[in-house]
Amino acid sequence: MQVEVNGKKRTLAGCSAFEARALLGSETDIVIVNGFQIDSDCPLSEKDILTIIRKSSLPGQEELESMMMARHTPEVHKRLKQGRVAIAGLGGLGSNIAVMLARIGVGQLLLVDFDIVEPSNLNRQSYYIRHLGMPKTLALQSQLAEINPFIQIETRMERVEAENVAELFGDYDILCEAFDKPDAKAMLVNAVLEKLPDVTIVAASGMAGFSSSNLIKTTRPLERLYVCGDLENGARIGTGLMAPRVQICAGHQANMILRLLVGIEEI
Amino acid sequence: MKLNGKTVPVEKGQTLFEFLTAYQFDCKTIAVERNGAIVPKAEYESIRLSDEDILEIVRFVGGG
Repeated sequence: MQVEVNGKKRTLAGCSAFEARALLGSETDIVIVNGFQIDSDCPLSEKDILTIIRKSSLPGQEELESMMMARHTPEVHKRLKQGRVAIAGLGGLGSNIAVMLARIGVGQLLLVDFDIVEPSNLNRQSYYIRHLGMPKTLALQSQLAEINPFIQIETRMERVEAENVAELFGDYDILCEAFDKPDAKAMLVNAVLEKLPDVTIVAASGMAGFSSSNLIKTTRPLERLYVCGDLENGARIGTGLMAPRVQICAGHQANMILRLLVGIEEI
Repeated sequence: MKLNGKTVPVEKGQTLFEFLTAYQFDCKTIAVERNGAIVPKAEYESIRLSDEDILEIVRFVGGG
């Protein structure tokens, strides 16, 4: 019987998951079978993907990558690894989306933002005190390298205008709109829909304040445009942007991007 | 005419820009699709609407 153990094909003669662990590891190791961490023994069958993780030991690169991806649904990893996603704006939405896409192993990310990290960002954006004053592109790139060193990250520290949209994003299948200002959001969406017929946009509108989480949803108003958010609550005087709803919206965008990468277009 | 799935009245010869203004849309924060095709901003004032048109208007609010 051929199974995959920690990223390598192995032949095991009809044994269970815990028997495989006894053979290849030790009794205290964690066992993950096809993306699910098991507590009780189960039989193995042909082509199962088995990950055996020794607690608090640092494995080699190849082994590390297969262990990091062990909790994914099988077969998803390869498709995500081939995925290419551009993120425009690295604020509360973009920085958190980038972290999620790095964790799930999306192979290539383009991070675009002209700004630097400042104190008012820390209430919702994925940055730390040590990043203050740094370009957001580089501050985020350094975090992503610590989360998943196996993905390619390109950064562009520049302002997105209608004129450079085609040059920046023309090579990507999926563009994540993660700007703050509504006119910048509309500019990007219009420019992409007009100039880049092969790009799908996952945008956001409405996540300010602390109204119900359940008002935030994923919509698809146009063929190539998904919009996540409550579609109503803009940031304005008296209604600020706060981590929970911004991250809920970022989660909607990241999950829609994940769905597109594995070939699902439905919201 | 259809606007985001609902039937709305459109005046004869009304331009897209006039329609958007009447409905209080801010042209800077929207994207408009007409009969399945995105409408470039530069054409808002020249496009004349008719009863057969199907418009989808996506409005963005701030925050991110």
